[in-house]
Amino acid sequence: MTGFKDRIPLPPAGAQRTNMTCHFCIVGCGYHVYKWPVTQEGGLAPEQNALGVDFRRQVGPLQLILTPAMVNRIREHDGREYYTLAVPDKACEVNQGLSSTRGGQMASVFYSEGGATQARMKHPRLFTGDDWVDVNWERAMALYAGVMKKVLDNDGPDGVMFNLFDHGGAGGGFENTWGTGKLAFSAIRTQMVRIHNRPAYNSECHATRDMGVGELNNSYEDSEVADTLFFVGANAYETQTNYFLAHALPNLQGGTLAKKRSWFPEESHEAGRFILVDPRRSLTVAICEQVAPERILHLKIEPGTDTALFNGLLTYVIEQEWIDREFIAAHTRGFEEAAEANRLSLEECSRITGVPREQLVQAAEWAYKPKASGHRPRTAHLYEKGIIWGNDNYRIQSALVDLVLATHNLGRRGTGVCRLGGHQEGYARPPYPGSRPAKYIDQEVIQGRGRMLTVWACNAFQTTLNAQQYREVLYRRVNIVRDAMARARHATVDELVDIIYDAVSNKGGLFLTTIDIYPTKFATGGHLMLPATHPGEMNLTSMNGERRMRLSEKFMDPPGSSKPDCLIAADIANAMKALYEGEGNTAMAERFAGFDWTTEEDAFNDGFRKPEGIDSQGGPTGDLVTYDRLRVLGNNGVQLPVKEYRDGKLIGTPMIYADYRFDTDDGKARFLPAPWNGLPEPVMAQKEKYRFWINNGRTNHIWQTAYHDQYQRFRTERYPMAPIEINPTDAKALGIESGDVVEVYNDYGSTFAMAYLEQDMKPGHTFMMFGYFNGNVGDVVPDWTDRNLIPYYKGAWADIRRVGSMDEYKRTVSFKRRRYV
Amino acid sequence: MTRTSRRSFLKLAGSGAATAASLGVLGSARAQDNPAPAGRVNLPYPDSRIANLRELKENTPQAFHYPDSSSPCQLIKLGHAVPGGVGPDGDIVAYSSQCTHMGCPLEYDTASRNFKCGCHFSVFDSEKAGQMVTGQATENLPRILLRLTENGDIHAVSVEGLIYGRQSNLLGGAS
Ligand code: SF4
Ligand code: FES
Repeated sequence: MTGFKDRIPLPPAGAQRTNMTCHFCIVGCGYHVYKWPVTQEGGLAPEQNALGVDFRRQVGPLQLILTPAMVNRIREHDGREYYTLAVPDKACEVNQGLSSTRGGQMASVFYSEGGATQARMKHPRLFTGDDWVDVNWERAMALYAGVMKKVLDNDGPDGVMFNLFDHGGAGGGFENTWGTGKLAFSAIRTQMVRIHNRPAYNSECHATRDMGVGELNNSYEDSEVADTLFFVGANAYETQTNYFLAHALPNLQGGTLAKKRSWFPEESHEAGRFILVDPRRSLTVAICEQVAPERILHLKIEPGTDTALFNGLLTYVIEQEWIDREFIAAHTRGFEEAAEANRLSLEECSRITGVPREQLVQAAEWAYKPKASGHRPRTAHLYEKGIIWGNDNYRIQSALVDLVLATHNLGRRGTGVCRLGGHQEGYARPPYPGSRPAKYIDQEVIQGRGRMLTVWACNAFQTTLNAQQYREVLYRRVNIVRDAMARARHATVDELVDIIYDAVSNKGGLFLTTIDIYPTKFATGGHLMLPATHPGEMNLTSMNGERRMRLSEKFMDPPGSSKPDCLIAADIANAMKALYEGEGNTAMAERFAGFDWTTEEDAFNDGFRKPEGIDSQGGPTGDLVTYDRLRVLGNNGVQLPVKEYRDGKLIGTPMIYADYRFDTDDGKARFLPAPWNGLPEPVMAQKEKYRFWINNGRTNHIWQTAYHDQYQRFRTERYPMAPIEINPTDAKALGIESGDVVEVYNDYGSTFAMAYLEQDMKPGHTFMMFGYFNGNVGDVVPDWTDRNLIPYYKGAWADIRRVGSMDEYKRTVSFKRRRYV
Repeated sequence: MTRTSRRSFLKLAGSGAATAASLGVLGSARAQDNPAPAGRVNLPYPDSRIANLRELKENTPQAFHYPDSSSPCQLIKLGHAVPGGVGPDGDIVAYSSQCTHMGCPLEYDTASRNFKCGCHFSVFDSEKAGQMVTGQATENLPRILLRLTENGDIHAVSVEGLIYGRQSNLLGGAS
């Protein structure tokens, strides 16, 4: 809430306007940020306000989005106050003027001393043994670098652990992944790093990459021209909203027929068809059923049986000869072996997945049977957390991409096999110095290893598996250090470094620093907090789910002395360098050299623009991209990789693999055998013991860990606690009503949630919101992972019992069905 | 959208609206001039009679316009007390019926008692003060605040929340 209720200030004509890519979900909608002094206001006549809108009369439907949540009042360091307004950009090809409920509130999350964001970190904070105090950067760095140097010198890089973001958007971006990656991998050279949402340093898409197929290979426009969209474990209305509303849904509605005809004049065309694989009737399914019931097919598979589904379909399309043997022969390897390994009859597939045979046949016909014109259909396969966090990520992804390769559904417009994504992307780092599989860092912590842990723009308390045990051990180890610090009254920094090192090396403690914009729960358990900045407070580049790179421009001062993550990384490196220089250790000083950056653009130029030898999503042509060149392209940006810079413009790549040169040594894509093998044993054990499947994921109201949302009344009034959808008959048997608090428990832990009765939930199935600050489903997620240490977050089974009734929730929270119908 | 003429609107709306409307016509179009006279912080909303208790049927919405003829609203008697409800049973509520996302007309679904938007599928709960159940808006439904007179007349007196498509709930220019 911004405090504006029944009127809002308008930007005057000529007000400063900058570009901002929404920093929440992967879609990356384009926005404009206006900023103007509070002493000025625009007028109601169109020529009097910067929006050019006539506010003297009621504006008609679908003309604009302008809400109180889009306005804020900010104060700069010099004391001057401004109004800011963040509105969606109608000229942006991604969102075409749409905002979602998350991005629409962007201005509300700008830092405002009197607003909802006042909880932001302003200065470094140090835990003094029993309390938090502000300290300046010099002292914070002296302590942090002092401890790190001692650990490095005595225990080597494995003593230094990180929980580290690897994404774009807020808390990420090419500048910040580079700065932090260069620090961790080139300077410190530690392999003891995990990523923000998983317990190791790995890819969520190892399988598809091993097959030579990067996971973001088409454009949103391909969803407009596909014959069939095959969604797997993806609830796009809630989690890739404006992709769904602006690009996918119009195809289902027949609104893109003209484009299809003009792109592919030889082929027969109809309105699009959607196949949606999800055990749950998601909001996306409900909307599609409302829009075009006869053109959608919802395959309600049994939890965790995706691999069997794809293998059954692969076997069937081979039998029907709907595969593309020419393509397979010319551009792939390993087909026969995979076809053999994955073979599964339709009957067996139906038995395992619970999907009736006729529906399997229909799905195969919609997706792979030649069209009336005889052409191979254009089917885009779009997946997200149902696969990423599904039963054996590597295996499911292999099975899916096998099916896609066999039917040649990539490299052609209207096809592709892509993850839809969560965060935006923005990865540029030196290679990870460990092996694959990497270290299971959560287990390393639990087993007492590591001397110091830096948690950077993420919060595993809310977003890891087996979270209860993880927190329990972390608190125990952190408290060993806290106790030592509490006894160290008026210690100098050098003394404190020695005391902390003694606690971590001799007593089993762990020194915990967090670098974040808020004092998260993880942070408040630790010893040192360093304040970071947010988009708008720094220049930041990221790319969206179709690899579209934009520059989000800085337009305001950050809170207090907080800094961009890349410059914090530079501070750390420079502090380490100075320590090593001080003792004449030039070899180590050299390792920490190369961080002489004063702006985020310096970090960008050092990483993204020097791609040789690093892992960058910009690819080898990253050097062509500059801030100035991006600025010219505004909110439409350029789709990576950049092909060339011509006539003052960067030219990008809408579709990867159009040339059929896949990312393998010989350019041929690889099939991977992926036989169906049931549920993993530890997961099966919980399933046999406990009654409810605790499916979990996002709702459209809440972004990520609710790091902002937990301070926004509009959000917390809706979800004071993580909701769990339960079948009404199941609930009745347990004496549970909507608004009751329930306990969800199994062998791994227990958590609490707010019951939400929903008739669409199958008996025995539930759905709990993931990652929330009040009620954490990770507490009941087993510690099992796939071969590359990717969790099966969706694989939790547990029992549920009523804790009690919560009068306020019942009074104020809506328990109406979230499905449109 | 139905439009009442300025004359009939003024008659219907009473003196408060007359002030607002005339200021809109006569005053400058600058937003900060939208009048909250000294001594007040609230906008000078009109006090408009919109219905009488006797005319209301349970769960049957009644359309009206407030605070002016270009702002469609719905009045509903829900049959049981709800947050913000007025009347002897605390069950009468009213909301703007333009979606707070992009202003599409909301449809009242008598079965769920939700307001639903067919444009981007936002759903608002009439029984929970217009809370957005799901959808793409960033605001709950603006509530029309009501006052009851002794003879059972229901008056609209104010709006909580910004009506779609406006800088201010009271238009500064011609309505
Ligand atoms: S769809 Fe995603 S990127 Fe677009 S406004 Fe919403 S949260 Fe932001
Ligand atoms: S206009 Fe109602 S949801 Fe968009």
